[in-house]
Amino acid sequence: MRTDAGRRLVVVGNGMVGQRFVEALRERDVDRGWQVTVLGEESRRCYDRVALSSYFDGVDPDALDLVPDGCYDGRDYVLHLDEAVTAIDRAGRTVTTSNGRAFGYDGLVLATGSYPFVPPVPGADLPGCFVYRTLDDLDAIRAAALHATGRVAVGETDTTGSKATGGGAAPVGLVVGGGLLGLEAARALRLLGLSVHVVEMAPRLMPLQVDGGGGALLRRLVEELGVTVHLGTFAASVAGAAAAREPMSVTLGDGTLLSVDLVVFAAGVRPRDQLARAAGLAVGERGGVLVDAACRTSDPAVFAIGECACVDGRVYGLVAPGYTMATVLADRLVGRAAEFGAADTATKLKLLGVDVASFGDALATADGALEVIVSDPVGGAYAKLVVSDDATTLLGGVLVGDTSKYAALRPLVGRPLPGDPLAILAPSGDGVAVTGSLPADAMVCSCHAVTRDAIDTAIVESDLTTVADIKARTKAGTGCGSCVPMLKTLLAESGVAVSPALCEHFDYSRAQLFDIVRVNQIRTFSELVGEYGRGRGCDICKPVVASVLASLGNGHVLDGEQAALQDTNDAFLANIQRNGTYSVVPRVPGGEITPAKLIAIGEVARDFRLYTKITGGQRIDLLGARVEQLPAIWRRLVDAGFESGHAYGKALRTVKSCVGSTWCRYGVGDSVALAIELELRYRGIRSPHKIKAGVSGCARECSEARGKDIGVIATENGWNLYVGGNGGFRPRHADLLLTDVDTETLVRTIDRFIVFYIRTADRLQRTSSWVESLSAGNGGDHVDGLAYLRSVLVDDTLGIAAELDAAIRRHVASYEDEWAAVLDDPERLRRFTSFVNAPDTPDPSITFITERDQPRPVPLPAPSRGVPGAGPTVLAVPAVPAARGADDLTGTAGGADGDEPARAAVAVGDAPAPDAFR
Amino acid sequence: MTAPSQMDEDADTMWTAVCRYDELLPERGVAALVGEIQVALFRAHDGALFAIGNQDPFTGAWVLSRGIVGTRAERPTVASPLHKQVFDLRTGECLDNQDVAVPVYEVRARAGMVEVRVA
Ligand SMILES: Cc1cc2nc3c(=O)[nH]c(=O)nc-3n(C[C@H](O)[C@H](O)[C@H](O)COP(=O)(O)OP(=O)(O)OC[C@H]3O[C@@H](n4cnc5c(N)ncnc54)[C@H](O)[C@@H]3O)c2cc1C
Ligand code: SF4
Ligand code: FES
Repeated sequence: MRTDAGRRLVVVGNGMVGQRFVEALRERDVDRGWQVTVLGEESRRCYDRVALSSYFDGVDPDALDLVPDGCYDGRDYVLHLDEAVTAIDRAGRTVTTSNGRAFGYDGLVLATGSYPFVPPVPGADLPGCFVYRTLDDLDAIRAAALHATGRVAVGETDTTGSKATGGGAAPVGLVVGGGLLGLEAARALRLLGLSVHVVEMAPRLMPLQVDGGGGALLRRLVEELGVTVHLGTFAASVAGAAAAREPMSVTLGDGTLLSVDLVVFAAGVRPRDQLARAAGLAVGERGGVLVDAACRTSDPAVFAIGECACVDGRVYGLVAPGYTMATVLADRLVGRAAEFGAADTATKLKLLGVDVASFGDALATADGALEVIVSDPVGGAYAKLVVSDDATTLLGGVLVGDTSKYAALRPLVGRPLPGDPLAILAPSGDGVAVTGSLPADAMVCSCHAVTRDAIDTAIVESDLTTVADIKARTKAGTGCGSCVPMLKTLLAESGVAVSPALCEHFDYSRAQLFDIVRVNQIRTFSELVGEYGRGRGCDICKPVVASVLASLGNGHVLDGEQAALQDTNDAFLANIQRNGTYSVVPRVPGGEITPAKLIAIGEVARDFRLYTKITGGQRIDLLGARVEQLPAIWRRLVDAGFESGHAYGKALRTVKSCVGSTWCRYGVGDSVALAIELELRYRGIRSPHKIKAGVSGCARECSEARGKDIGVIATENGWNLYVGGNGGFRPRHADLLLTDVDTETLVRTIDRFIVFYIRTADRLQRTSSWVESLSAGNGGDHVDGLAYLRSVLVDDTLGIAAELDAAIRRHVASYEDEWAAVLDDPERLRRFTSFVNAPDTPDPSITFITERDQPRPVPLPAPSRGVPGAGPTVLAVPAVPAARGADDLTGTAGGADGDEPARAAVAVGDAPAPDAFR
Repeated sequence: MTAPSQMDEDADTMWTAVCRYDELLPERGVAALVGEIQVALFRAHDGALFAIGNQDPFTGAWVLSRGIVGTRAERPTVASPLHKQVFDLRTGECLDNQDVAVPVYEVRARAGMVEVRVA
């Protein structure tokens, strides 16, 4: 639709900073003034390098992915992986790539990061030598370690670090470098079952972050974990193995000879500035592409951000300063003012099970800086605060062994001390007292530059009640995670946060309201709000009450007062789309459908000119229906034997299945039959959030059942039941609840699971977080949430099983197709109209064009929304001619004839997040 | 296509009758077309009538009549069905973004009919 192509921006590198930059630009460049092409050398799109080592804890690499869905649309934002930029032609404004392609640019962003520094040691290029920077590096290290331990690679899950070797001594790994990275690598090798040596040139571990005292304790704690530490020396040479399966030998500078199976170099990183050098751009004295505070290089069309950039003579090796640069540059590129200022280089790590944190002027380099040290060698804790000469201002600190005060102290750097430094460091020192004194503009999350004020405001304005809410809303806590304790404290302090109140109309949580309604047999919203609430409700509590009333069997969702409680989707039994039309999704139980029914759907789509798409839940979505067309469409569908698919409701959506044992040569269970049985059993049930299920015919899991709220996998002996899985925003694999059960036990347990969830979960809480919330440490009371769930559902420890079973029996008995019921009732049908006074006139703003042989909505002109800062402004409504016919598929824009309202610059950022985030 | 109009006694702008009062469900809206203007009409719990512009200023879609009606503090409100921003039914102000507002129109009940004046 766009006529004016944006200017071309090429981004080199899809690492953490390059990716963050793209997201920041996307948020700001709403008019798509830039067309962005990202070229990444790695074969994977951007992942969380900071959390790289969690790969060895068994974290799935996909869980490290940092690219939000839809970030690259293939039009304005394009990503090419496995394609490195090999040269920049500044005169011709073109880059060439390893695939031999050329990309022209109007602006070029270098985000190439760093490469690991490998000291020029003879033998450093031998096959047993590795670096520690990318997922590929980690794969290589793991393969070598597995090879050395003589273990066969038994699959992805065996990264538990069990020190299983067949008899003899464990194989040995040497890590060159005793800094942050080196200690992370040492931990990784330990997890892989190796015995580990660390060699560090400086006289202490982590020389850049901790002082001598902290370093001494750190060494002791690390050695207690079985790591041998060599300080004040270096790896002088590496000699290859004499024969295959023999170890290599490494000579240290002090003459020590080590026999090792593999060597990891973690001796620091260097900025990747080679491209820039070759193109004649200015670089810093010690490397890095030289940029000004606006991230601009010596060529005004070229920018550099992240670890490859040298700003103010300094190169940063941490992600937070890179993120700041990404934001600064994104602001600049949309014409806003922004500058890179001082950066936060605080670090907190859990190394080999030892907590270490350093922040601010940790090494007390400032003039007259004083050090206050509390050392507890027996308890294994060392803490130091660096304060100004008058002992009033906090300058920095080091914490080893116990870093619980880190989150509260770090934001106070450069600010008045909240009390006597010794008292603050005392083991019983009160972290909360420290928080209370935190100024509003203190940076709580340095990874994402979120201030205390921003968090407090978000908590109050958006009614946030969990740390997860804060993360979703502000991004705080989603980087290194070290500020999470602080988020918890702020949440607890805010008071509003811990209240279970649903909204201003009810002081109760959803689960409490459920019990109130059930026990008191309340049947209407008016009754409930009159007796237990105040006001007339809102978009938060009304749908909740609607769902509760529906779960307790109160007739059709559009009957009587219930009609006024429903969200537009439930009110029109269809899903609203961005242009005000609706989508229609008939139920296709288990994804099984006859040819005749496929044809019927096709005919309906054709006759009403609907856009058709196959959904992820194995059914067919018909989009673009105007509200007044819905009854006619459903008349046809119901006559063809379809019923509502409840795609619009917080309800059971689909039970996805693979073909199973009927057809598949691997299948051991009839997954289709079970899926259909389950879908028909639970169809229409209303719940706190949508419920999806899946059934696979064998462990190959072709229906991805473990990504569903309820997943069933056939086994040789029956079925395995999994619960609490999720795709979408926060993917989670479902947990195994039952093994090898028969169909009757399976269905009974699912019955109880669903009703227990409906009764006790929070508003908009998916089963995944509900299951998690049952565990202690997560706000729940039980050590192991799954064991608790099993005891309630299987052993009936709460004595409610009979009640849960009865609820499902009632549901099954009272089910009716909501759409068939609407079609039979003229009173309900009357609401499906475009205009109450002109029912034959369709909404004239809705128009379509044809794309790939299907209709596609013409984007609505963005309305003017008033002048920021000038108070509310009521603007004239753009006139929309009413005369356009219902079947109009013309290519004109959806506004007025030649009278399109002015396109106001609207920041996407100020629209509240979608419902689920609130 | 448009419903009959009549002159008001004391003004020369027109009131347009759009539907019967009892066609409006309490706490739900309907859209009406007055001339070329799309109006979202609501009947509150206590029977009061409100009329505002039907266009959601955040997305451009003409859908406000399909939002959930309620209250915030004492104010009668409707929430956009798309992204849930809340608007004051009396003033048109967006309560989630003070820089945004939708138009409000005069509305009254006369002889069992709901009438709107858009000028
Ligand atoms: C194990 C480990 C732990 C870490 N822990 C922390 C921590 O706790 N806290 C912290 O703040 N930081 C930590 N870091 C550092 C952090 O990961 C980096 O600061 C951050 O990734 C820098 O982002 P970047 O985009 O500048 O570089 P990178 O993330 O390295 O991305 C650069 C990307 O550009 C690609 N590239 C390079 N040249 C080209 C080319 N010519 N063409 C195309 N693509 C190219 C590279 O392949 C790479 O994918 C850690 C790093 C590692 C390795
Ligand atoms: S999950 Fe098993 S039975 Fe089902 S399709 Fe895949 S391989 Fe076949
Ligand atoms: S400080 Fe790293 S996530 Fe907040």
